[in-house]
Amino acid sequence: MVRIQMTVDGERREDEVEPRLLLVHYLRDVVGKVGTPVGCDTSNCGACTVRLDGMSVKSCAVLAVQADGGEVTTVEGLANGEWHPVQTAFKECHALQCGYCTPGMIMATVDLLEHNPNPDEQEIRDGLEGNLCRCTGYHNIVKAVQMAAGGAQ
Amino acid sequence: MTATEERPAASVGQPLRRKEDARLVTGRTRWTDSVTPPGTLYVALLRSPMAHARLTRVDVSAARERPGVVAAFSGTDLADDFGSLPMAWTVSEDAKTPSHFPVARDAVRYVGDAIAVVVANSRYGAVDALEAVEVDYEPLPVVLDMEQAMAGGSQLVHEDLGTNVCYTFHEEHGDYEASKARADVVFKRRYVNQRLIPNAMEPRSVVADPTAGADSFTLWSATQVPHFVRIFMSLVCGIPEHKIRVIAPDVGGGFGSKLDIYAEEAICLALARRLGRPVKWTASRSEDYQATIHGRDLIQDVEIAATTDGKMLGLRVDLLSDMGAYLQLLTPSIPLLGRYMYPAIYKFETHSFHCTGVFTNKTPTDAYRGAGRPEATYAIERAVDDLAAHLGVEPLELRRRNWIGHDEFPYTTVCGLEYDSGNYEAATEKALDLFGYDALRAEQAKRRESGDPVQLGIGISTYTEMCGLAPSRWLGEKGYVAGGWERATVRMTPLGKAEVVVGTSPHGQGHVTTFSQIAADALGVPFEDVEIIVNDTAAVPWGLDTYGSRSLVVGGTAVRRAAESVVDKAKLLAAHLLEADPADVEFDAGTFRVKGTPSATKTIQEVAFASFTAHTMAEGSDAILTADNLMDPETFSYPHGTHLCAVEVDTETGMAKIRKYVCVDDIGKVVNPLIVEGQVHGGVAQGIAQALYEEAVYDDGGNLVTGTMVDYLVPAPPDLPSFETGRTETPSTTNPLGVKGVGEAGTIASTPAVVNAVVDAIRHFGVDDVRMPCTPERVWRAIHQGGAGGAPAAEGTVAYGGDSTATTAGGGQA
Repeated sequence: MVRIQMTVDGERREDEVEPRLLLVHYLRDVVGKVGTPVGCDTSNCGACTVRLDGMSVKSCAVLAVQADGGEVTTVEGLANGEWHPVQTAFKECHALQCGYCTPGMIMATVDLLEHNPNPDEQEIRDGLEGNLCRCTGYHNIVKAVQMAAGGAQ
Repeated sequence: MTATEERPAASVGQPLRRKEDARLVTGRTRWTDSVTPPGTLYVALLRSPMAHARLTRVDVSAARERPGVVAAFSGTDLADDFGSLPMAWTVSEDAKTPSHFPVARDAVRYVGDAIAVVVANSRYGAVDALEAVEVDYEPLPVVLDMEQAMAGGSQLVHEDLGTNVCYTFHEEHGDYEASKARADVVFKRRYVNQRLIPNAMEPRSVVADPTAGADSFTLWSATQVPHFVRIFMSLVCGIPEHKIRVIAPDVGGGFGSKLDIYAEEAICLALARRLGRPVKWTASRSEDYQATIHGRDLIQDVEIAATTDGKMLGLRVDLLSDMGAYLQLLTPSIPLLGRYMYPAIYKFETHSFHCTGVFTNKTPTDAYRGAGRPEATYAIERAVDDLAAHLGVEPLELRRRNWIGHDEFPYTTVCGLEYDSGNYEAATEKALDLFGYDALRAEQAKRRESGDPVQLGIGISTYTEMCGLAPSRWLGEKGYVAGGWERATVRMTPLGKAEVVVGTSPHGQGHVTTFSQIAADALGVPFEDVEIIVNDTAAVPWGLDTYGSRSLVVGGTAVRRAAESVVDKAKLLAAHLLEADPADVEFDAGTFRVKGTPSATKTIQEVAFASFTAHTMAEGSDAILTADNLMDPETFSYPHGTHLCAVEVDTETGMAKIRKYVCVDDIGKVVNPLIVEGQVHGGVAQGIAQALYEEAVYDDGGNLVTGTMVDYLVPAPPDLPSFETGRTETPSTTNPLGVKGVGEAGTIASTPAVVNAVVDAIRHFGVDDVRMPCTPERVWRAIHQGGAGGAPAAEGTVAYGGDSTATTAGGGQA
């Protein structure tokens, strides 16, 4: 077991974990941040996307020990008193149906817009390439990203 | 009707934002895997790496010694814990149903068949201990190819059945041979509807919690059908029905794959009963690919008898349908659900239908979005395009010559279905307009003429479907064990809010929002004042759950009727309070009024509070403002529409790229246009995915080659276009809401539109078919080598099955 320290959604944590424990399982099973789901086992789907020290990561592809000393933001910590504009835009544009991909999609969008505040449709699609959705066909997700970027009609 | 100031705005028809979203966008969700009762143990399953073998020894003793392991069992150990898993639809007298135990006892029949169970105190510990289970296999020849499976001397998937044929089904509507004798052209084609993996984003998961001394159980399951799970778990595990509570909490998509009764539900219940502790099983994605049903997997032989001037007289369809190794809940019925949809929107005089269900050593198939109807629509819409090319008629013109005119409704089809309403001309005209059809045809001609390496193709699909499953009587006549009704309870709370209990089980469709709109308008209360209660058998004792685009047509109607029944009851009390004859009391927008006395009014909220205090009651009235009502549909609903797709094919690389996708759907009245559009987008995306990207491929040893998301191409954002959607509105006449189902329409319509476009782009190279998915390799081969582009992989690789059968399996080493 390895002792690690981490700040998760503003809460300071200190836990003993197996070295092999995935960050996503640490978040779900140890910290109780079950808002971040697991959709695959090959890092394809992006449902588990969180921010680690300001970088977007798939938390199934990071070990908890690799995040030692780091600061993690999950979808549960994104709202700061009021919803993040990306959360609002997803609801407003009906960019989710079952909602299972939504935490990852939202976290990836936050990262995308930080790097490219005004993306065109192709840039949005390319920027979210690592996140899969089975319900929406991505049509309304693209619109939501445009709205969050302030570029919606 | 005069609007008054207090009148709440009608919410039906408005694009209201979803009530569901607040928790979903903030991560305040409860997926099954997020449910962890105190003391939860974790379950892992050892799954067969062999497609077909006898089990000569399964020894779990070493696994029991692993750290953290609480228990381990073989299939034989659990022989008394549960019986065979259910199959609920007997489709013919000769239909054979093999035993299907949750954990295999003496043989494994597909890669993924469960062999042993380990229970440990951690997620990883359970998986670790699987490696300590010792298994001896006696390999058996693997049965993969349906045509070889039916040939004499083939190895049998189930030796005790004496055949690999699960059933044969035959139906004649009129005398097809007579149509053939009158025809100038008898046009034959073989289409292949490849095997697909449904890919709900949430892998399946089950939690079983024994309470009160293991006498009763709460089962959380990522399922579309909590009510079915409760009934069948009672029967499979021998637990009295009233001792099982099933909760489908937040469920991350289903698309038919969670319309089933799965081994892991029985396993978890049995383990909870044995161990007296909560247990949890959650599939990894690759485990889900093996152990959750697959969809489609049909070979479709189609024959159309037609005249040279393009009158389609008769249709013959002969299907081979891959059941996989066992029958899941509805496996044999799926291709048959599509049988009435082969004649589609056309006025065929005769229809001959034949289907053979075949066992192979693969994951079982079952319902996947559309369930039989996308397959049917694919075959007929491809065949109509191909016949048009054969006759030298414009594909749209051939359709016009044969479809049912808007003035011919209600129309009884050759299969005996009565299509209540529709307007194919209007939907098509609108779609052509949005698409810019003539300009694209002109561009296509120009590119052909100039020999442009990038060719343009235009694909058409004019579909209809039957949904709103289904009239109970019809289901009974066809051999299904359940009915097709839906039930709702509406109750007013003391302070005038409304609670709606309904038996559909949403997992992304937005029922909470849509049903709130229906109830709000019927009761005349604000949308925000309605609470929808679903997905828990303790709160919702009656229900038939969500599949077959039934929830709005059937469940929504039940909600409306129950709300109206509440209003009827409230009217008696209102009349009493107003000292009026009930016959003189009118209800509109939440207010009861005495005719001719405009000042005498009571709101429904006032009546609700009066019923709570019960200080003064109408004689003979219980004045309990709760009512139950039912919808058992008398017939189906028949959405239709026209989908148009323009595809650019790079003839040098074979890459097919969608340039424009337009769909105009007629789904009758719309309750929430935002949700409807979302359903269409997602449906179209899944249909495009079948056309261009997805295929479950097995090698000749029966291994699922596309066993992870790395290998199975679920389209990502750059793989799909934006869609242009439009609607025409021909209200359904068979339900009071005037609605038709929309959940499956997009998937049913889109696949043939895309493949027709791909073929249209390269038909002048002599290509008349490209097998799905139309990958660059297949398209390139079709252009440069002829044929339909080959089987799932290139010749010489293990997955190559040859052009003649080209099922999703390999060569079949029987």
